[in-house]
Amino acid sequence: MSEFKPRILAFYCANCASSAANVSESMSLGVPAGVKMVQVPCTGRIETLHLLKPFEEGADGVYVAGCQEDSCRYMSGILKAEKRVAQVKRILEELDIEPGRIEAFKLSAGKGFRFAEIASEMMKRVQELGPISGG
Amino acid sequence: MIVAEQKPIRELVEMVKDFQKILVLGCKGCVTVCNVGGAKEVGVLASALRIWGRKTGRDLQVGEHTLERQCDPEYIEELGGIVGEYDAVISIACGVGPQFVSERYPTARVFPGVNTKFMGGAVAHGIWSERCAGCGQCVVHYFGGLCPIARCSKSLMNGPCGGSADGRCEIHKEVECIWDTIVRKMTEQGRLNELIEFKPPKSWTTARDGGPRSMIREELVK
Repeated sequence: MSEFKPRILAFYCANCASSAANVSESMSLGVPAGVKMVQVPCTGRIETLHLLKPFEEGADGVYVAGCQEDSCRYMSGILKAEKRVAQVKRILEELDIEPGRIEAFKLSAGKGFRFAEIASEMMKRVQELGPISGG
Repeated sequence: MIVAEQKPIRELVEMVKDFQKILVLGCKGCVTVCNVGGAKEVGVLASALRIWGRKTGRDLQVGEHTLERQCDPEYIEELGGIVGEYDAVISIACGVGPQFVSERYPTARVFPGVNTKFMGGAVAHGIWSERCAGCGQCVVHYFGGLCPIARCSKSLMNGPCGGSADGRCEIHKEVECIWDTIVRKMTEQGRLNELIEFKPPKSWTTARDGGPRSMIREELVK
């Protein structure tokens, strides 16, 4: 049996999380191979369907990295994203899929180390959960 | 609007587990407004079904379609070339939708994707509340524009009852005692004396108790 290589899609906002990504890059901290990063103007724009589609298309995990609650440029973007992530967790549970495959993270602009750490955390978590397809 | 909520996905997959080609059918009417059965929700449910297919290794084909309304025959006709391509249809309109589809396409296997709850409105974003019981004889003008039929737990025409406390209903603290609100409003309007007048028992023959209802307007009948 071939080794499981998780595919993870990460949405990150163009403000705090994006700045954290730049700091991370300047510290030469990369994200694991298999994590595909998608920048969005604000995590509040991410719809439930945006979070489900990656699972439909073959992703094993999804996460959202946005601003901290008190520093969101658009006031409540990450709070909206958290609610949608919670909705997708409920949907996954109903489908007997581990809800931990999706998560929302809040980080401030200077948290370059944390940005890279989140990617590694999710990779480790999904690696342990294994592939979705049961067959 | 008619307010509905999505059935648990677990219940839905149990309904359609024996089918390979499934159409998720939305409605642009009430259920779009209450965010349960419009094009967006069609997309979410269809995606969830495809993920279920991936999880269980099923070769599912899930189609998506949203009609202008599922409660008018002319829009149901639009499904003529579509329904036959699927083994099952999940209608996420109110309870009217799956029946109109079933009646028009007798061989189609049609399943309800939502539970129809009540007639009401949005009191805040994401929060809906019942306002009308469809009793067939509207009486809100007697009660300051508020309906004790739909909003009083006992549908009292002469209230409040002894279960009213601090403006809340005895069945649950979260339920407003509409009779408390009616009395306050009528007092503010200087019409409290109108509530002293006894309201005779309501005739329920115009409500659902009189059996299934229909309505004919001759000027519109072709």
